[in-house]
Amino acid sequence: MEFTLITLLNGLSYGLLLFLLSAGLTLIFSMMGVLNFAHASFYMLGAYLAYAISSHTGYWTALFMAPALTGILGAAIERFGLRAVRRHGHLAELLFTFGLSYLLVEFVQLAWGRAAVPYQVPAVLDRPLFSLYGTTFPAYRGFMMLVAALMLLSIYLLLKKTRIGLVIQAALTHPHMVESLGHDVPRVTMLVFGGGCALAGLAGVIGGNAFVTEPAMAAAVGSIIFVVVVVGGLGSLAGAFIASLLIGLLQTFAVALDFSLAGLLQALGVEAPQALTRLRLFKLTVAEVAPILPYLLLVIVMLLRPRGLLGVRES
Amino acid sequence: MTRISSRSAGNVLVWGGYAFALLVAPLLFSQGAGLSILSQMGTAMVFALSYNMLLGQGGMLSFGHAVYSGLGAYTAIHALNLAADGSLPLPVALVPLAGGVGGVAFGLVFAYISTRKSGTGFAMITLGMVELVFASALMFPGFFGGEGGISGNRVIGAPFFGISFGPQIEVYYLIAAWLFCCSAAMYGFTRTPLGRILNAVRDNPQRAEFIGYDPRHVRFLTLVLSAFFAGVSGGLAALNFEIVGAENIGVARSAGVLLFCFIGGIGHFFGPLLGAVAGVFLTVVLSTYTGAWQFYLGAVFILMVMCAPGGLAGIASRLLELLQAVCREGFAASAGLLGLWAALAAAALAILAGTVMLIEMLYRRSLAAADGSTVNLFGVLLDAARPAWWIFGTILLAAGAVAFMRLLPGFRRHCDALGLGSGGGA
Repeated sequence: MEFTLITLLNGLSYGLLLFLLSAGLTLIFSMMGVLNFAHASFYMLGAYLAYAISSHTGYWTALFMAPALTGILGAAIERFGLRAVRRHGHLAELLFTFGLSYLLVEFVQLAWGRAAVPYQVPAVLDRPLFSLYGTTFPAYRGFMMLVAALMLLSIYLLLKKTRIGLVIQAALTHPHMVESLGHDVPRVTMLVFGGGCALAGLAGVIGGNAFVTEPAMAAAVGSIIFVVVVVGGLGSLAGAFIASLLIGLLQTFAVALDFSLAGLLQALGVEAPQALTRLRLFKLTVAEVAPILPYLLLVIVMLLRPRGLLGVRES
Repeated sequence: MTRISSRSAGNVLVWGGYAFALLVAPLLFSQGAGLSILSQMGTAMVFALSYNMLLGQGGMLSFGHAVYSGLGAYTAIHALNLAADGSLPLPVALVPLAGGVGGVAFGLVFAYISTRKSGTGFAMITLGMVELVFASALMFPGFFGGEGGISGNRVIGAPFFGISFGPQIEVYYLIAAWLFCCSAAMYGFTRTPLGRILNAVRDNPQRAEFIGYDPRHVRFLTLVLSAFFAGVSGGLAALNFEIVGAENIGVARSAGVLLFCFIGGIGHFFGPLLGAVAGVFLTVVLSTYTGAWQFYLGAVFILMVMCAPGGLAGIASRLLELLQAVCREGFAASAGLLGLWAALAAAALAILAGTVMLIEMLYRRSLAAADGSTVNLFGVLLDAARPAWWIFGTILLAAGAVAFMRLLPGFRRHCDALGLGSGGGA
């Protein structure tokens, strides 16, 4: 019970961080049809900016400043880079962001070096929130969950309940009609791209000190968030939410489990043939296969339900 | 008749020139690391050509092509080790074939899964599969050799006609021979009915389906064939380095071949060859001179996506057209165009010089500060500690950029007037 509850909480907080990351990606994809390959790089940039700002003015300024700066940079990149390649089609846009991820990681190394930087959790939050059967749950994890929940709520309200949200949604399906009604669609696109990047930056501020702020941090989450977005269904925010939690829980539970096929058969009292028990696959524990589980999930979901869990259209 | 014979004469010229270039290349670059780099380029060329069967001819964006070349490399090194034990009668020259067979074996499984989708879905599945295989490498140390990888020794058995494959030059010619045969086979593939239908599937899957071809089946066959050639390139790499590690099957290698192909030009059959040369140059040669090579690779790639989607091959064919136009119009009539072209080239050179200066000085200040503040750039000593150099670099970059932007519209107009499409390479 103790193990289940603690792992559940850890899985939830990791899943919510994944959602913070994939929300921006989903937003950009559903708006522009571009899978932004540099999204994880903006996450990394957010963490480094937060480190730089918080060492001067404190954590709470960084919490707002770093996402804002990341968002402005993202908007500028959309305006002066992406927009120029749009006429060559989606492949060119995807490749542009792919090249951008190379440049951003190099830029971060030029500015802050190749080693990890000491980006710390603020002192106020650096304490246990509560303790459960003797195991303490850190306050910062609770803060992470709170920020993710607030963000989910505000995106939902923004998209569904405001005029801006209406225009954004309409510009996705009927760009020409929206343009005829007098809205500046390219500017909406720029703002959405900037907004998505700002969300990635926010995830960086939150995740950078929960994990480690280093140049490899983009590569560490880069493919996982694609798995989240694709499994959830391309362009579906609710799908991304469910997939984030699913993958967060899946990975957190898997690393703590020590079962293997051999152990399972033993527990059932079945005598397995010698040839089988000598196979490596047979002895692998769930914890050992944990790193590949999200990708396995991706392949299975793609085979069974190509649209993803809540996707509305074929990719 | 004359038309056909002149075309086949052109073919003989192109392929003969290609073979000749492969033969004489080691004579020109025989010093130091030259041979090793040429061997790596040859391997990368086979890999890039096989990748372009998917991307250029089939419109399939794959992020996992290294899976086939990497698993092919593992198959090849195991085959080599078995041959060394005497338990597999396989001459060293045919080890790449074992790599190809390995590529096909894994290709059959992975293609069955991934080709169910096209477009973004296909790209995402390939991304998932490359991560899957890469993570498995540490789980199954028996086949993958764990962290250290699997090593082998290519000098086995008695020398055949004096060839033992010990010296690098013999390995180079083996790679060159395989490269030539694979290039010919892959070029032949573009001329087969399957290759043509693949183009149709890329351009309009609905219509291809309507005339009776199953797009999924076409993609499946192509991916398996492409996996064969990728496996051959993996086998060549295994022979060249005599060691195969997990980095051979990783995302980075898969991403690299995409960069190479795009820089070379995916619309032309020979584009990936140029891309492999440029890519190996950027990653292997440049990385020995500057730590910022990854920046240059990314920057060249972005520049290509933005300004020259046709890649190096596109630029080359534009230059050829320009040359033809100059010959047609006469030298005097096209002096204006040539002048514009020279001015554009000068502006581009200024942008390049300014960027390289700034990047190298920035790099020296942040990551290599321990080596002192001076940078030797083509014989010019730059001092990263002195603001004058920074100002100079910035001015060079800015002036070049402004001039380039100013000149480009005029150049485009000129090209349009001559019926050259929109601009030389831009």
